[in-house]
Amino acid sequence: MDGYAGVWILAEQKDGRIQRISHELLTRGRALADKRGAPLTAVVLGWRVAQPDLDDLIARGADRVLLVDDERLAHFLPDSFAACLGHLIRTERPEIIIAGATSTGRTLMPLVAVQVGAGLTADCTILDIEEGSGHLLQTRPAIGGNILATINCPDHRPQMATVRPRSTPVALPAAGRKGEIVRTGAVAEALESRVVRISFEETGEENELGEADVVVAVGRGIKRAENLKLVQPLVQALGAALGASRDVIDRGWLSYPHQIGLSGKTVNPKLYIALGISGAIQHLAGMQTAETIIAVNSDPDAQIFKVADYGVVGDLFEVVPALAQQLQRMGGR
Amino acid sequence: MKIIVPIKQVPETSAVRMDEATGTIVREGAKAIVNPLDLYAIETALMIKEAQGARVTALTMGPPSAINALKEAVAMGCDDALLLTDKRFAGADTWSTSYVLACAIRKLGIPDLVICGERATDGDTGQVGPGVAGWLGLPVLSYIAGVELPEGGRMRVRRMVEDGYEVLETPLPALLTVVKEVANPRLPTLRGKQRAKKLEIPVWKPEDIDAEVVNLGLKGSPTRVVKIHRPKVGRACEKLPAGDAAALDAASRKLAAVIVGTGVL
Ligand SMILES: Cc1cc2nc3c(=O)[nH]c(=O)nc-3n(C[C@H](O)[C@H](O)[C@H](O)COP(=O)(O)OP(=O)(O)OC[C@H]3O[C@@H](n4cnc5c(N)ncnc54)[C@H](O)[C@@H]3O)c2cc1C
Ligand SMILES: Nc1ncnc2c1ncn2[C@@H]1O[C@H](COP(=O)(O)O)[C@@H](O)[C@H]1O
Repeated sequence: MDGYAGVWILAEQKDGRIQRISHELLTRGRALADKRGAPLTAVVLGWRVAQPDLDDLIARGADRVLLVDDERLAHFLPDSFAACLGHLIRTERPEIIIAGATSTGRTLMPLVAVQVGAGLTADCTILDIEEGSGHLLQTRPAIGGNILATINCPDHRPQMATVRPRSTPVALPAAGRKGEIVRTGAVAEALESRVVRISFEETGEENELGEADVVVAVGRGIKRAENLKLVQPLVQALGAALGASRDVIDRGWLSYPHQIGLSGKTVNPKLYIALGISGAIQHLAGMQTAETIIAVNSDPDAQIFKVADYGVVGDLFEVVPALAQQLQRMGGR
Repeated sequence: MKIIVPIKQVPETSAVRMDEATGTIVREGAKAIVNPLDLYAIETALMIKEAQGARVTALTMGPPSAINALKEAVAMGCDDALLLTDKRFAGADTWSTSYVLACAIRKLGIPDLVICGERATDGDTGQVGPGVAGWLGLPVLSYIAGVELPEGGRMRVRRMVEDGYEVLETPLPALLTVVKEVANPRLPTLRGKQRAKKLEIPVWKPEDIDAEVVNLGLKGSPTRVVKIHRPKVGRACEKLPAGDAAALDAASRKLAAVIVGTGVL
């Protein structure tokens, strides 16, 4: 399609610092831009974004940083972010735009897609360029991870996708990489938001699950809330985030932000350890893409073993302390 | 106050089976249910209705059988319902779906609130809610985990994000997408079921909502599914017995070595 060129990633910032997802998107964006023979632009919407972080985007693969820096963009608000991004798209006409499948990207991108008449694919895990046509191929898990669907968008531009966090490594900085930082203003009305942000409550620990490299998850096999403390030494030794099956949440043993699965969070850690979890399809939907999966279950036929790389058939109350001890002996944390 | 709740009928996920030969989903025999995450949207609307009075309308675009999802919403306490069904709607992606829902909502009259689920468990995109807001020009508040009652044409909500909760305030009308934490969905009541059985649910076509046919269905959808394949099913699980002390010791040594090998320590 004529008149559209260039690959964009939507960088995310928090308190003026560029977030990890942006560096993952640079990995994706660089590969696509190279295949298209096109420049890679990182769009940054924020306020007082740290200069070293902007330079770093270039070191990690961006040819250009397109920055709108305004107090009213300090925090994500759909009205102003969509208006700014929409304005940039209409004036610059990029061919491809990718954003993180985060609370920001998953809200902003559908809003903008509708405004600019573009197709959008959610939560992709593989992105590629189709030989010949040059279309963006967007692959995503569907139906609880049971199938992978590959989607394209032949007749509309830009082609838009959100990308699952942690589904690719971050782009590493290369010394001496050159690029330009373009500060651009936004039309004044684009910065207005009807929704106002009153306050923010940081929850830290419990919401870190989606970002964690190691997740230790407990199921009903833990039997009661007090037993959670038996898992703590293992969690600490691994520097892990604690997750759970829905049964554990429904019983009130842990709060909802800990829930992993279809109606909870999707995690994609390097290591997932499932303790006393049967492996219902709804649970698997939230964790089966983890790099390495270890399961401990007393039932040799438990479904969880079907997605596990290593399965200990045994009592978690024996296995967990033994493993924690072993790790400590080896000088873990 | 008027509230519209768009809901979707989805196959029950635990019943989804795969055709091993073709790698496609076997839809026959899979029970259709109300998207579980939409129950929280319905509940949020009903909570507001109970506290300060509201007319709650459930809305769906789907096959004729999707009327059952609407009946369930009515049985839970929604006042009325609207089904959008037509061959020309079929095969819509989220862009086209949100267009159709927006047309219908405009035709019904923009309510004070549109409340969507976080995402549908089959398509799993979460794009339709913000898309509808985009078409209607409404403020969108996504991932809402708590609501305060509307007051003086404004409303406060708690939005769940990766590292915490934002407290946001919006003028009405507005569109919310809600997460599970927002409420505990009630069960349909006997009286509600009787009402649902009797209620005439209108069925509308593109003409009834002034929808442009070029934006409808598969043809009107920017995205195309070009390939469906099955990811590697399961993994070759290496089973480690831990029945006695020696086995337990061997298993924990093995696991520790595996963990070291992943490079996470
Ligand atoms: C619409 C819908 C959405 C859902 N969404 C989710 C979701 O997001 N996340 C989710 O997790 N679930 C979800 N579920 C629920 C899901 O179907 C299962 O009910 C749930 O995952 C089971 O949790 P569990 O594995 O902890 O419990 P159980 O199925 O009861 O399994 C407990 C396991 O622990 C083992 N065990 C017991 N004692 C020990 C011991 N001492 N040592 C070792 N092993 C032991 C048992 O062998 C058993 O396999 C959903 C269901 C529906 C219908
Ligand atoms: N066909 C539909 N009819 C009515 N509402 C829908 C439909 N599809 C999606 N929705 C609404 O949009 C939300 C998000 O769906 P999705 O974007 O498909 O994951 C759902 O929870 C529903 O509230």
